[in-house]
Amino acid sequence: MTLRRSMLFIPGSNAAMISTAFVFKPDSVMFDLEDAVSLREKDAARLLVYHTLKSSLYDGIERVVRINPLSTPFGRDDLEAAVRGGADVIRLPKTETADDVKELEACVEELERKCGREVGSTLLMAAIESASGVINSVAIANASKRLMGIAVAGFDYVVDMQTERGDGSELFYARCAVLHAARAAKIDAFDVVYSDINNEEGFLKEVDVIKRLGFNGKSLINPRQIELLHNAYAPTQEDVDYANRVVAAAAKAEADGLGVISLNGKMIDAPIVDSAKRVLSRAQASGVRR
Amino acid sequence: MDKNNQSAPGRSETVAEPELFQGFAAKNPYLADPVAKLDRKLVDTVQEAVRRVGLKDGMTISFHHAYREGDKVINMVVAILADMGFKDLTLASSSLVSANAPLIEHIRNGVIRKIYTSGMRGKLADAISHGLMDEPITVHSHGGRCALIETGEINIDVAFIGVSACDAYGNANGFSGRSRCGSLGYAMVDAHFAKSVIMLTEEIVAYPNAPASIRQDQVDWIVQVDEVGDPAKISVGAARATTNPRELLIARLSAEVMEYGGYFNDGFSMQTGTGGSSTATVRFLEERMRHLDIKAAWALGGQTGGMVDLHNKGLIGTLLDTQSFDAVAARSLESSPNHVEISAHYYASPMSKGAVVDRLDMVILSALEIDLDFNVNVLTGSDGVMRGASGGHCDTAAGAKLSIVTAPLIRSRIPTVVKKVTTRVTPGETIGVLVTDHGIAVNPNRPDVEERLRAANLPVRSIEELYQRAISITGEPKPIEFLDKVVGVVRYRDGTVIDTVRQVAK
Repeated sequence: MTLRRSMLFIPGSNAAMISTAFVFKPDSVMFDLEDAVSLREKDAARLLVYHTLKSSLYDGIERVVRINPLSTPFGRDDLEAAVRGGADVIRLPKTETADDVKELEACVEELERKCGREVGSTLLMAAIESASGVINSVAIANASKRLMGIAVAGFDYVVDMQTERGDGSELFYARCAVLHAARAAKIDAFDVVYSDINNEEGFLKEVDVIKRLGFNGKSLINPRQIELLHNAYAPTQEDVDYANRVVAAAAKAEADGLGVISLNGKMIDAPIVDSAKRVLSRAQASGVRR
Repeated sequence: MDKNNQSAPGRSETVAEPELFQGFAAKNPYLADPVAKLDRKLVDTVQEAVRRVGLKDGMTISFHHAYREGDKVINMVVAILADMGFKDLTLASSSLVSANAPLIEHIRNGVIRKIYTSGMRGKLADAISHGLMDEPITVHSHGGRCALIETGEINIDVAFIGVSACDAYGNANGFSGRSRCGSLGYAMVDAHFAKSVIMLTEEIVAYPNAPASIRQDQVDWIVQVDEVGDPAKISVGAARATTNPRELLIARLSAEVMEYGGYFNDGFSMQTGTGGSSTATVRFLEERMRHLDIKAAWALGGQTGGMVDLHNKGLIGTLLDTQSFDAVAARSLESSPNHVEISAHYYASPMSKGAVVDRLDMVILSALEIDLDFNVNVLTGSDGVMRGASGGHCDTAAGAKLSIVTAPLIRSRIPTVVKKVTTRVTPGETIGVLVTDHGIAVNPNRPDVEERLRAANLPVRSIEELYQRAISITGEPKPIEFLDKVVGVVRYRDGTVIDTVRQVAK
């Protein structure tokens, strides 16, 4: 199972960050060609990201590229550079409808054929940033087999909702709606960035909320948040001990040819085993919680 | 003495015939004058003090660098000596800093002919690296300086010691007066070994000024001056915890290396350095100390507010302090009975009868460059120009059970891990672990440590791998062009020559 707790945003035009950010070992990195790149740097950023994708610097980290919307003069060039460069995932911003995803999918497929990439090897994710996007999130989440996840993006969404970022209540419906759409479609769900980078306490409080809601992880804008997030998502030693017992019991049941797994006299079903495996993979990735 | 008498080996062959008693004040006339008796060391000007100690051309003068970039004494005194017409002096300052650029003029004019120092920076270092001096400077460590003094190579004729306050007999510490530098650890060595001591003070306080780091029985003359140093310039952001993600990453890894390296036991000892990354390391370590209920018996070195904080929280028993890096450390030295001032000789001298560095468990060190054999350069920059200091680097590395060097793998496109260091200051055989933002390398001479760090799942690579990683990002740097002329001789702590610095081509 692919861990996607942390998705670190890196402006595609920032060569200094691009040349070092992999040392922080986020699960995914998102090279941004859209909002973090000024108009006059669009071409330079695209070229920089293309060469970064071609290098081995980010080996072991999922590489996502956020392109400009296909309706802009940059979108198609961005997409071509990302697909040719070998991006793992294309992130579509400001997704409003399932058709947005389908249009992107068609373009990606055409590019894959053109540049000799295996068709279907480029995954997609959709960022939902408006009221209509949230309302259409179920259709969006089911729009393509390539979709690995959908994300709530807070800035544009709160503007669209005529409100502003606060204690999280302003995002409550969007979070729940997008998360349910993702879970129903069996894809991943990502929460918004937390921009007050010096407020560790506030960040961890938000992480606690979204983790309990069920999000896979969160978009991040500062590498300092990675360790905090991974630690918050890391299981406790007790969780790991229990998960080990569950997995061992499941293995024993399978070896004994038993359909029913039991641990300490209690029956354990498949979702509990899956959950235990998830706990162990998080522990493997960043140890137990400190 | 009768010529047939045998005298003990090493004793003087002749003992002068005792003179006849001439009165209680015959030998010490000031005793007969009740005012002079108390004020006899006070003179009005530095010139007067210099005349009284009988400084001559070619002699050696010394200074301490406790005020670092805030020092006002070195430049002032050398300018006065230049005015007085002195030539060919040897300058033996415990270290030199960027603020010492005015010395360039005095070197050019022949006032200073020779320099011993732990390091240098800025315009002075740049000029010397470009061949300003006829004789190469000698770069020594803090412990190595004491050894050179003890062997007589550095023969201090006059020590000029700047303090914020002393009494009329010269009792001084670093926490009386208004410009408090904290520990006078470097000056204590000079006061002990110099033939004459001239104290420059901002203030004369009531007798006795206790405790006395520099004692009245060591001080010849006292001159009151306007200012000796600006304590605000001692540290450059040392006490502030960094928010730089890369420094934090290195700090976290360093704390983990300390935790799992094999020496993190109750009662351990450490020296951690003073940069932003070190301060952060201590913060991470504090969390582990609390979690595992482990306390440090003592911590050594340049002390900072961060270490004082741990000391006050009961996590470090004793602070041994050669140099205080901020006002918090200086205040703590004054108020905490277990914050103890020590001299550089006590701290690190290989010729001392007991150097604290020999008892260290772990030390965190920095590096400008480190090579595939773990040799460390803390002196010359990537352009070959001197911009650093030997400090206590090789002293602590030699003494500690585990020396941990921390550095970013790349500094603005320049790799820190190199095939061969530009200047070897600390030999690789004394370095245990290198911690970078791209992973950890363990010296092959420490398989025990490597095994423990690997068992703890820390990202251990070979130093060759780190080197290759750096080169793959930056490309192979062009070699620095040097001329043949030697501008600096780097001495190891035992006095041996470990490397030389050559003049850089313009």
